[in-house]
Amino acid sequence: MVATPSDPSTVVVVGSSVAGVRCAQALRGEGFSGRVVLVGEDPELPYDKPPLSKQLLAGTWDVDRVRLLTAEQADDLGVELRLGVAAERLDVAGRAVHLADGSALQYDAVVLATGAAARPSPWTCESGVHVVRTLDDAQALQADLAVDAPVLVVGGGFIGAEAAATARALGREVTIVDPAPVPIGRVVGDDLGRRFTDLHHRHGVGTRFGTGVESISGRAGDLRVRLTDGTELAAGTVVVGIGAVPNDAWLTDSGLLVDDGVTCDAHCRAVDATDVYVVGDLARWYHPGHAEHLRVEHWTNAVDSATVAAHNIAHPSDLREHAPVEYVWSDQYDWKVQIVGRPGRGSRHETVGTFDGEQARGSALFADEGGGLCGAVSVNWPKALVTCRRLLTAGSTFEAALAEVGALAPAGRTA
Amino acid sequence: MPKLTADHEACQGYGNCITGAPDVYDIDDDGVVVLLKEEIPDSDRARVEEAARSCPVSALGVED
Repeated sequence: MVATPSDPSTVVVVGSSVAGVRCAQALRGEGFSGRVVLVGEDPELPYDKPPLSKQLLAGTWDVDRVRLLTAEQADDLGVELRLGVAAERLDVAGRAVHLADGSALQYDAVVLATGAAARPSPWTCESGVHVVRTLDDAQALQADLAVDAPVLVVGGGFIGAEAAATARALGREVTIVDPAPVPIGRVVGDDLGRRFTDLHHRHGVGTRFGTGVESISGRAGDLRVRLTDGTELAAGTVVVGIGAVPNDAWLTDSGLLVDDGVTCDAHCRAVDATDVYVVGDLARWYHPGHAEHLRVEHWTNAVDSATVAAHNIAHPSDLREHAPVEYVWSDQYDWKVQIVGRPGRGSRHETVGTFDGEQARGSALFADEGGGLCGAVSVNWPKALVTCRRLLTAGSTFEAALAEVGALAPAGRTA
Repeated sequence: MPKLTADHEACQGYGNCITGAPDVYDIDDDGVVVLLKEEIPDSDRARVEEAARSCPVSALGVED
């Protein structure tokens, strides 16, 4: 990209969630002085999503507390906001983003950050069936959770578990249904996954794992959920947390390689279009450390990829690779869960500390076939998480990592 | 020189800051951020701001 004083270059960032906002901020941090336009379909000022299933849903945080960028901050940064208007089409050859209001934005570089949407509920009712992804979703669910009626959560993953924990804290009777016999077993293994089942039970939340949902009928306050084993449960509110799908439909005709996300190189640039960057949940990028293309829906990956893209736009002669150690957290009941690396790829694991009951404070370290540390799951022990994250970055052996985490005192006590 | 701030009440021990700037941030046994420096040279500002922006609860600041 060539910037001249008479013709300053323009970066258009499409997507106003954390990846897009952080990219716009990082462009200024990297010294980019051209025009930055942030386009968002959501009319809301940018907001952060992790609290939507936790503090915001519980009502302990208000909307101001989840803002990622205020109008004043955008102004100070020199970032033009175009909110409430969706991007409809990308013209790669013509370097233009066409918007739903009929206008078009010319760019010298574009950052695609349209993220992912909640996988829609396959069961539709007149009311009372919710997903949790946007601020509107969370506020609508919050209103229904205010009614004292049983809550049924479909999906035992992070969003489902967090929604269940929040609903339970609000005093609701809660049941979680998931066709998988062990929640998040694919991520942390069945052995550890069973501890998450225990966690739900310890907090008085019922589980119907290994059972699917066949149908849901009725309306808010009076829903009937028929399970695949033939039983029927009554619920006032249903929360469906069954994953997310990338918002890539608007790019289908762009000529970019779209395959469950937009395929990119290690520098976050779309394949065959080096002025098109893709960040966050939308990116299926080549991870040079893992030597494979990945799409990761974690907050930290959104921020890190946005930072890499901003650097590469501002400094095209000093390209950085995006090669992070995966990291995700989840807050469920009295557990702060932190997962780093790829524990699901481990062939064995050992636990330091304990995952038992109210005293839980432990870290499970996972070894790959070659004896290397490949991941860790920590509960209520951030120090162990940070240590494992550093050891994974350094390529530690499993045994050396186990010794180092074991030496962290004092494990096993409550924080 | 830019001064560093940390909101110890807000900190949830997510640890992203330490990955970004391990020479500036650490974490204690209770999972709360520790500032290893009070000030940083201007030449470090962009890198440390990047690490501060990676905090999920915006607990970190870099101020003039």
